[in-house]
Amino acid sequence: MTETQNLTLVQAVRDGLHTELREDDDVVVMGQDVGKNGGVFRATEGLFDEFGGDRVIDTPLAESGIVGTAVGMAAMGMRPVPEIQFSGFMYPGFDQIVSHMARFRTRSRGRFTLPMTLRAPYGGGIRAPEHHSESKEAFYAHEAGLKVVIPSTPYEAKGLLAASIRDPDPVIFLEPKLIYRAFREEVPEEPYTVPIGEAATRREGDDVAVFTYGAMTRPTLEAAETLGEEGIECEVVDLRTISPLDREAIVEAFEKTGRAVVVHEAPKTGGLAGEITAILQEEALLYQEAPIGRVTGFDVPYPLYALEDYYLPSAARIEEGILEAVEF
Amino acid sequence: MTVFDRAYDDTVRVLDEDGEVVGDVPDLDDDSLVEMYRHMRLARHFDGRAVSLQRQGRMGTYPPLSGQEGAQIGSAYALAADDWMVPSYREHGAALVHGLPLKQTLLYWMGHEDGNNAPPDVNVFPVAVPIASQVPHATGAAWASKLRGEDDAFICYFGDGATSEGDFHEGVNFAGVFDTPTVFFCNNNQWAISVPRERQTRSATLAQKAEAYGIDGVQVDGMDPLAVYSVTEAALEKARDPEADRPRPTLIEAVQYRFGAHTTADDPTVYRDDDEVERWKRKDPIDRLESYLRGEGVLDEERVAEIESSVETQVADAIDAAESMARPDPRELFEHAYAELPPELERQYEEFAALRDERGDAAFLED
Repeated sequence: MTETQNLTLVQAVRDGLHTELREDDDVVVMGQDVGKNGGVFRATEGLFDEFGGDRVIDTPLAESGIVGTAVGMAAMGMRPVPEIQFSGFMYPGFDQIVSHMARFRTRSRGRFTLPMTLRAPYGGGIRAPEHHSESKEAFYAHEAGLKVVIPSTPYEAKGLLAASIRDPDPVIFLEPKLIYRAFREEVPEEPYTVPIGEAATRREGDDVAVFTYGAMTRPTLEAAETLGEEGIECEVVDLRTISPLDREAIVEAFEKTGRAVVVHEAPKTGGLAGEITAILQEEALLYQEAPIGRVTGFDVPYPLYALEDYYLPSAARIEEGILEAVEF
Repeated sequence: MTVFDRAYDDTVRVLDEDGEVVGDVPDLDDDSLVEMYRHMRLARHFDGRAVSLQRQGRMGTYPPLSGQEGAQIGSAYALAADDWMVPSYREHGAALVHGLPLKQTLLYWMGHEDGNNAPPDVNVFPVAVPIASQVPHATGAAWASKLRGEDDAFICYFGDGATSEGDFHEGVNFAGVFDTPTVFFCNNNQWAISVPRERQTRSATLAQKAEAYGIDGVQVDGMDPLAVYSVTEAALEKARDPEADRPRPTLIEAVQYRFGAHTTADDPTVYRDDDEVERWKRKDPIDRLESYLRGEGVLDEERVAEIESSVETQVADAIDAAESMARPDPRELFEHAYAELPPELERQYEEFAALRDERGDAAFLED
C-alpha cells in the first residue's frame, strides 16, 4: 500500500523537490529566498534545513546570474533547479534562457546537455502587484531546445517536476500560482514521474473538444459541467506540456467532436491557442464543423488587480466560447 | 608580496617593449618558452590566413585576434589539461593551446556547428557570441566543480566591452559570493567595435572592478606573454588552493590591442587613427618574446625560420582538412536539439527529407 499525503499543488512541488534532492546528489535547488526562507510561496520550505546550503542555495538577487550559473552547472553534469520568484521577473534572465539554455546541446553537437529545470510561479488571479501575474509561456514554447511544462493538479505537479528534473534537456516548469493552494489531492510519498509531452483528458464528451492547461483547467471544467447539465458534452483536454505539444491527443479529441475551443489566460495574439488551431487546420481540416474558438486573455498588458477578474477568462466567458462553437 | 597585493594600476610586466627583462621571469624551461613562442606564431599566421579565407569567400565572418597572442597564449599556457576554458568568440589562440584542433576553429567560422564540438578530452566550452553571457557559465561550472569536491580551475575570457554588461557583474558577483575557482580574464583590447574603453567605464582600470566583488584584481601587460603567464598561473593556483582568507576568484585585466578589425565585417579606419595602431604594433608580443629568447640564446635565425615554416604547414593542413569536410547533412539540423527527437520534429524532418529526395539537393543550395 502506497503511503500518500493530502497536498496542495505548491506542497506537491515542494514534495517533488524534496524527493529529487533525496534521490540524486547532483540535484541542487537555487534562487532568491529559496533557502532559509523556504521560498516566497513556501515551495522550498524545510529543504534548506534538511539538505543544507550547498544543495538548497540562496543566491544573490540576479535572474541572469541565476539562470547563467545554472547553465554552467548543468553543463558540468549537475541537475540544477533554479527558481525565479515570479515569471514576470524571468526577463532579466531571458537572454540566458534563449541564447544558452535552449541552445547549448545543439551548439556542442550533444557534447554538453543541460539537465536543468527552471521553475517559476506564473499567471494571474492572486491580487498581486504589477509584474507578478504575467502568462508568457508562449515565449518559451516558441524557443526550440526547451521543453515547457505546466501542471494543473498536485499529483501531476510532483510527477511532472520529477520527470523534468530527470530529463536530459532543459525544462521551463511554470507553476500556476492561482491554484497553488486552491485544492488538495492525495500524492504518493514515494518517487514517481508523469511523462512530459502527454496531454490528459479531464472530461469525456462528444460535442466539443476544449483544450486548456494550468489554472484555466478549473474554470474550463466548471463551464463544461454547467453545459453538461444543458446536454452539451465537452471533452476537456489538459495539455500539461505546451512544448512539445501532444499533437496526437489534440487531433484525436478534435476528430471525435469536430469542434474545438482553446482556453488560456495568456494574450490571444501569438498564444498557444493559435498554434493549436493551426495544428487542427493542418491535420484535421475535414473534421471541422465550426470555427475554432479562442477564449484567452486580452492583448493588453496584464492589469493591476482591480481589473484582473475581467481580464482572466472566467467560467462564463468559457461557456460562451464553447456555446459559439457548438451552435455554429 | 603576491601579484594580487599590487595597486590596480601597477601593471605586471616581465619583458619591456624591447624584450628586456624588467620583472620576474617565470620558471619555464627553454622548450616551454619556445613552444609558447611557436604557438604565438601559429596563432598569428592562422589569423592572417583566416582573414584571407574570408576575403576569398571561403569562410564566413571572422573575428581576428592579431595583437592578442601574448594574452591568449600566455594565459592558456598556464592551464592544466583538466582545467576548463570558457571562451568568448575570439580566443582561437587560447583554445588552440588548450588542445582544440585548428580545424575545429576553422569549421566553426566556416559555418559548421561541429566546430564547437571539442574532442572529449579537451575542456573547452562552445564559443559564446552574446557579450559577457559566458561569464555566469564559467562561475556556474566552477561552482559545480567545487560543490562536487573536485579541484579543477576555470578560466573565462571576455573583452573590455563585456565589463559593461550585466552578465559580467552577475557572474563575477556570484563567483565572489560562492568563492568559485574561476579566473576572469579580460582581454582589454581598447575597443568594443568602435567604442573606446573610456566609453565603457569611468573606472581608471578594469582590474579595480574586482574590488566591488571582494575578489582579487590585477592588471597585466597583455602584450607581454611571460607576464600574462605568471599572473594567470598564480590566479589558477589560488583558484585551486587559496591561502586562508584569500578569495579563490581573480579578475585579470590584460591590457593589449586588437591590431585589426573587430570582425571581417568591420572597418576600424572609421573610428581609430593609424598612429594609435602603429604605436601599439611597436609593442607586438611576438617580437617581444622573440627578442628575449634570441637574447637568451634560445632562438636563432634558423630556428625561427623553421618554426615559421612548420606553422605554415600546420595551418595549411588544417585549412585543407576543414575545407574537405562535406556540408553537414540536414538531418543534423534536428539531431541535437533534444536528447530524444520529439515526434513533431521527426515529422518536420521527414517532410523536408521527402522533398529533398524529390527535388534534389541543388533545389535548396545556393551556388
